[in-house]
Amino acid sequence: MANPAITATALVKWFGEGEAKTTALREVSLDAYFGEMLYIVGPSGSGKTTLLSVLSGILRPNSGSVSVEGSDIWNLSSDKLADFRLHKIGFVFQDYHLFPRLTTAENVAIPLILKRKNWAEGIAEANKCLEIVGLKGRAGLPPVKLSGGEQQRVAIARAIAGQPDILIMDEPTASLDGDTGQAIVGFVHKNILNEKRCILIVTHDSRIYEFASRILKMEDGRLTGVEKGGLA
Amino acid sequence: MKGILKLAYKLLVNDKAKFTALLVGITFAVFLMIAMTSLFAGVLKRASATVVNLGASVWVMDQSVQTVANTIGMPDYVLDAVRSMRGVRYAVPVYSGVALVKLADGTYQACTLVGLDDTSLFGRPQLLEGRIEDIYGENAFIVVKDTEFPKMENPGVGTEFEVNDHRGVIVGIAQVASSGLFGIPTLYTTYERALQYLPNPRFTISYVLVEPKSPAEIPNIKLQVQALGYLGLTKDEFMDKISDFYMYQTGLGMNLLIMTVMSFIVGLSISGQTFYTFVLENLEKFGALKAIGAKSRELIVMILFQASFTALTGYGLGIGLCALTIALAKLKLPDYAAMITFWNLALAFVMVVVIAAVSSYFGVRKVLRIEPFDIFRG
Repeated sequence: MANPAITATALVKWFGEGEAKTTALREVSLDAYFGEMLYIVGPSGSGKTTLLSVLSGILRPNSGSVSVEGSDIWNLSSDKLADFRLHKIGFVFQDYHLFPRLTTAENVAIPLILKRKNWAEGIAEANKCLEIVGLKGRAGLPPVKLSGGEQQRVAIARAIAGQPDILIMDEPTASLDGDTGQAIVGFVHKNILNEKRCILIVTHDSRIYEFASRILKMEDGRLTGVEKGGLA
Repeated sequence: MKGILKLAYKLLVNDKAKFTALLVGITFAVFLMIAMTSLFAGVLKRASATVVNLGASVWVMDQSVQTVANTIGMPDYVLDAVRSMRGVRYAVPVYSGVALVKLADGTYQACTLVGLDDTSLFGRPQLLEGRIEDIYGENAFIVVKDTEFPKMENPGVGTEFEVNDHRGVIVGIAQVASSGLFGIPTLYTTYERALQYLPNPRFTISYVLVEPKSPAEIPNIKLQVQALGYLGLTKDEFMDKISDFYMYQTGLGMNLLIMTVMSFIVGLSISGQTFYTFVLENLEKFGALKAIGAKSRELIVMILFQASFTALTGYGLGIGLCALTIALAKLKLPDYAAMITFWNLALAFVMVVVIAAVSSYFGVRKVLRIEPFDIFRG
């Protein structure tokens, strides 16, 4: 196995206080490696999304540590943490969260604009990313004119535009029909995954397990097992 | 940062419905604010027209005078006393009153009548037609060609009329810096003729116009006038006194202030609510930007830019609309008094800045509170 991209140690996260206290993560430890597609699966409420948020620098754990490429991200200031997410992580949200008033290319260019690229450069690079995801001719359209599968590809293009080391995909097939979902994840495996990139996917969809390197099972805030995926 | 501002700009203007609603709200508010305050500025300027047109440095008057039109006659010794004061270069009497003029067609027209000092003609207007020395001719009057001029049936040199059963004849047509407030034409003649033609009370000097030897003498002259039992005011002080009268003692200022405040509240409500809705609708997207790596201050800059851009565009449109309305109104209503001053613009600008600040404050608060984790949670 290659070097670990992410090392999480004894992560604990709870919400609320007193009787309303809910523990979402209980002493979760894991390693995610470059070159692998790591799936996190489990029933609703098992803590998958919380784990993904803690690993990606979005949600601070109550205890435990997350080390990305050797540095503990939860020791970073909020600005540094934002920079870390911008430069190291690419997000594909479940609902895509594309801006309906921007064109497809402008949506994809957002991480580049945040990285202080000028507008024209950002759009040029966004067009290249759209070409990678097979949407070359759709750059000028607003996302609402695209199908669900195409919008998912735009979200992927946006996630890879900043050339992140780690790609986080939250339920990438939840809004898509079975064939399209499978095609999208297959596409990601074939074209986006490489030995310098680690892809974390939270999913319920067993039809896409064939593309997983490893599958981490979660239940009640704990990792309950690791399975080899279809690619192992 | 330029790219982030462009992103904010596109998010704002591409939402055409919201952007239009925001612009209409601010434009309308600015239009109303400037319309109200410019009308007031115009009224105040016209209320001081005689003070502006005669141009004396110091005005001596009865202590009860409230406006230039509300004259209280002073006895002749006041003129002599003022002339003998230290620091006075010269002092002249002036008559200011209202005369009822009978025109050639038999109709009557009220006119402001200014009687200039016979010797110096101090405060004389600039002539467009005729010669100033003709004012010494028999029954001679000079008429001011302003927006009220047609009410005298557009007289020319030689036109005759009657004032209090005396014959009057126009010997010159003049222009002045400012038209009067009350919508009546203005006639100039000599001080002595004004006293002869009009029925007068016991004391006849409306004002004594004073030219000091130097501006430094003015405080001293004012003190000496005060010791005499009268009031000495500089031109600016007199104009302020007139403004204060209209502002605080006629209800005009308070009514216009209330209208201006209401315009501000309407603008603030429409723009604030629309902008807040705009932010709320984009809240998840702002959360996504935060998750991607946008810093809080970058999101604040985006929102402030959007609010400022809308406010300034609305401000410009509001000024343009108000200027256009005033210009059109003046075409149809030459007496329309509104005038846009730098103070009007500054006041409206401050109010627009407040609207932008309040609108963006609530948006910024909301955006700062959104957690990227909420985006994951859905």
